[in-house]
Amino acid sequence: MEIPKSFLGYKRENSRVGTRNHVIILPVDDISNACAEAVANNIKGTIALPHSYGRLQFGADLDLHFRTIIGTGCNPNVAAVIVIGIEPKWTKKIVDGIAKTGKPVEGFHIERTGDIGTTMKASKKAQEFVMWASEKQREECPLSDLWISVKCGESDTTSGLASNPTVGNLMDKLEPLGVHLCFGETSELTGAEQVCAARGATKEASEKFMKTWSSYNDFILKEATNDLSESQPTAGNIAGGLTTIEEKAFGNFQKIGNCKFIDVLEPAEEPTKGKGLYFMDTSSAAAECVTLQAAAGFNIHLFPTGQGNIVGNPIEPVIKLTANPLTVKGMGEHIDCDVSKILSREMNLSEAGDELIKTTLRVANGRLTCAEALGHKEFVMTKLYRSA
Amino acid sequence: MTTDIIIHDKKDNVGVVVIEKITPKQDCACWIMEDDSSTNIQSVDEIPLGHKIAMVDLNEGDTILKYGHDIGKVVKSIKKGEHVHVHNVKTKKW
Repeated sequence: MEIPKSFLGYKRENSRVGTRNHVIILPVDDISNACAEAVANNIKGTIALPHSYGRLQFGADLDLHFRTIIGTGCNPNVAAVIVIGIEPKWTKKIVDGIAKTGKPVEGFHIERTGDIGTTMKASKKAQEFVMWASEKQREECPLSDLWISVKCGESDTTSGLASNPTVGNLMDKLEPLGVHLCFGETSELTGAEQVCAARGATKEASEKFMKTWSSYNDFILKEATNDLSESQPTAGNIAGGLTTIEEKAFGNFQKIGNCKFIDVLEPAEEPTKGKGLYFMDTSSAAAECVTLQAAAGFNIHLFPTGQGNIVGNPIEPVIKLTANPLTVKGMGEHIDCDVSKILSREMNLSEAGDELIKTTLRVANGRLTCAEALGHKEFVMTKLYRSA
Repeated sequence: MTTDIIIHDKKDNVGVVVIEKITPKQDCACWIMEDDSSTNIQSVDEIPLGHKIAMVDLNEGDTILKYGHDIGKVVKSIKKGEHVHVHNVKTKKW
């Protein structure tokens, strides 16, 4: 298949390109969720991103909170942002972080005004933003403006056999065209960590990966009360035929095809070394991982599943693919790309990769994903440790 | 022709059942994804969808290869065509 050279995206002030054109209402903290949701109810076409944290955090955990919230506002799938927090200082810090992109952003704090007064002021600004954003048009953009993140979930043996290698095939085909790519899931690479480290494009990248994985493994060895044989793989994984964590990890690892990663990112850290594949230190929980990747600036997500994970994200479209024919049959409304014919040899891996590229470009051009149509907008912050 | 078993890599010593189940003494058609080649095996056990079959005789202490990589060790000898799972293979990790 000849791969199209371009897609239709929204060009942003900082020259990044969005596949979506959201105006978001972003709470700084948990107690500002109600006000943010009230604004989103008032002003059609806006979306609130409620979450559970943002109070009394400190150190690296607070840094991650700010990086995630600011990164979400900076994502090119977002046209404009209303920030609402309880206090002025942290609200302003987030507004200033997002303003560096050049996109419209305004902050409101609730203290001394209350929810109703703040909702009124923020709603007026949100209306202005959404009407401005509604005039934005999609323009032809090179494929290299795609930043593609990947994560698998509810995996079974069909994931490792077919849907994960399909994502790998897409990576092999799109990486030479200059796209940004990102995989994560530190914990579920256990068993494949040496092979994964060897995929570092440089000695520095390989060493950084091993340091990141070892830090996770040390934490597990410290906290685990027994071995993890009943958690990784899970009882469900075992019923589906997965025997060891190594087998699960190598299935997971198929998603990067033959690509090498050029750098290792902190959770929600924006890549700065140009086009190519990045590894990000993330949880293996679906919504946490996608939220971190979206906050790092990725504008479209590929999610292979076996048994049928249903996750979505409020700003980054999540494309589901599966090779499990029972999942296609039982919950087809969640599946954007069916590659189950790989198992019956009616489709080869390269044909499946081409199908996934076609689906990815249709979604990049504006077609809703199943998760978007079904209203999935899971925005889940990663918390590193207890609050002060 | 239907495929009963898929093998990832030529080096692998296990394959994965991709039909509802295979029954004892079934002549199974296997597809090797790495080079799109084919082979055959006769099963010993009944093995359900998604579970593994031994492509060769395996002794205690041998390494199971899938995706061309080490995914664990044999803890109870396995004959060619038998079911490979948690009863005869363990992680080397924990």
